[in-house]
Amino acid sequence: MSMREARGAGVALLLICAGAGVAAADPTPHLGRPATDEAVARWNLSVYPDGRGLPAGAGTAAQGRAVYDAHCAKCHGAQGEGGSGGTLAGRGPLTDPDPDQTVGNYWPYATTLFDFIRRAMPMDAPATLSDDQVYAVSAYVLYLNRIVGLDERLDAGSLPRIRMPNRDGFIGIDAELPAQPRHATPADAH
Amino acid sequence: MNEPVERTGLPSDAEPPGAPAPVVAQDRRAFLRRGLTLSGAGLVGVAGVDAARADMAGTGPDRPAWMTTPGAPFSNYGQPSSQERNVVRWIAANRAVAGNGASWTPLHDLEGVITPSGLHFERHHNGVPQIPIDRHELLIHGEVRHALTFSMASLARYPLLSRILFIECGGNSNAGWHRLAQQTRAGFMHGLASCSEWTGVPLALLLDEAGADPSASWLIAEGADAAAIQVSLPMAKARGDCLLALYQNGERIRPENGYPLRLIVPGWEGVLNIKWLRRLEVAREPVMARNETARYTELQPSGKARMFTFVMQAKSLITSPSPGQHLDGKGFYEIRGLAWSGRGRIRSVEVSTDGGAHWAAARLQEPVLPMAFTSFRLPWQWSGAPAVLKSRATDETGYVQPERAALVAERGRHGYFHYNAIVCWQVDEDGEISHVYA
Repeated sequence: MSMREARGAGVALLLICAGAGVAAADPTPHLGRPATDEAVARWNLSVYPDGRGLPAGAGTAAQGRAVYDAHCAKCHGAQGEGGSGGTLAGRGPLTDPDPDQTVGNYWPYATTLFDFIRRAMPMDAPATLSDDQVYAVSAYVLYLNRIVGLDERLDAGSLPRIRMPNRDGFIGIDAELPAQPRHATPADAH
Repeated sequence: MNEPVERTGLPSDAEPPGAPAPVVAQDRRAFLRRGLTLSGAGLVGVAGVDAARADMAGTGPDRPAWMTTPGAPFSNYGQPSSQERNVVRWIAANRAVAGNGASWTPLHDLEGVITPSGLHFERHHNGVPQIPIDRHELLIHGEVRHALTFSMASLARYPLLSRILFIECGGNSNAGWHRLAQQTRAGFMHGLASCSEWTGVPLALLLDEAGADPSASWLIAEGADAAAIQVSLPMAKARGDCLLALYQNGERIRPENGYPLRLIVPGWEGVLNIKWLRRLEVAREPVMARNETARYTELQPSGKARMFTFVMQAKSLITSPSPGQHLDGKGFYEIRGLAWSGRGRIRSVEVSTDGGAHWAAARLQEPVLPMAFTSFRLPWQWSGAPAVLKSRATDETGYVQPERAALVAERGRHGYFHYNAIVCWQVDEDGEISHVYA
């Protein structure tokens, strides 16, 4: 916009203000640009407990072991016992005097595991694992917790069906907990 | 030190125009010129200053060296005095990932309710991203009529709102859960809390523009850091008083506090105040992110864990005197501290100097703002005998800050987050101060 045009726009704005008064009916500027579905899909990282947001791809714990050893073990320990990173494996009771809070005994949703690895891990190179690798290493962490078998295939269909041992271990304080996701069924209970 | 006049381009004896120079000042310049000649090379050396002072002997009141030589030149961005170099954040980071950790505000060295931006606490999950402001955008999508993106330049054109608000990490003060009272400076245990003036766009405006479905009761927020940190927030709060902040304490938000855009969630736990905000998704349910399930939940003795513990309950803390400070003999001291509540205004702060047997109402510094630090002060004559200092905040809802024993009895010691018990400092007869459970 040239300076002359800018001045012109300023005069026009003054006239609008003078005409409409201070209390305009809709004073918000509406400066957002429409985002296409494709653009949203590229931005959107959310994965919900019912599986919405999970990408194509698949992996097993057997495949994930190598991914884990290469990218995870140095911080989380060879068997998920923890180190500079959190303890991942263990099924000790949460009522123990000094309990470890692990994926196996604490995390309520398996989808969260996939989501967190995809968005944030490994910390020295986030978002460098393929979706297949994320499925596989998620399976391996669940395997270390005796939640899936070594050759169980995890994908967008099977991952949300895993019922985590501590699924019902939470109490909503300042907001109600949501109803059961539609994929989880009592038959999956631990 | 360089001769200041060379940097400013003013003549060496310039005075404000129109102000006749008093005789004393002319004499001073003459002394300084002689001093410069003695020290040579345009530098105001010690010899020059000493010569000037020697020349002044007998001509008037003695003046310290900094009154007999021109001061430092202007600066484009001011810094604290070099003598205050120890007033800094205390950092504790992951040994393997330097950007995963926290830094604490030195509350024990500060007064007033505004935390200097450079001392605002940090909690980063994977470092501070360096974001080009002209390449950063906010996406609003999900259960909306039309998904929209906003440039930072366009957001700056929206109607703005400023509020003075504390932000407190849900993990603040968590050393209080330990069996033994930890010995450290007050701010280095309780300083994952800071208070700033935040200026930004009311979130409700943008949700309306996007046409957010009124029946969708959650909002997912995500940051543009290397952790792509993500949380879920009830829509009622998002629409109620949340801000998309562009400015902190008058200037653009510092990188470590979310530059160029931070979600501000007044009074709620720090992790919800997403830094480097890139995405808001209107949703029908929480996304159940790692940082609202595996972390930022509080395991109770029953084996169940508290989830969505959003509100930061009332807390207070005596910042002076506090551990690491020293009482220099009996006599008058002002007990000073901070109180805040995520539920609104602080109604009162009581202070005890005998471990809780007797309490006195402290004076609150006006204005007392909702969800902001409030300064409290109480004069105290220290007899020189051992004393146990406590402060106890009550907020406008009537909620009273609990004693530690009551909090631990209710929650156990493994909740990690949301520790807000009364803090006790023991003063011994030598004036040394330590942290105790009492």
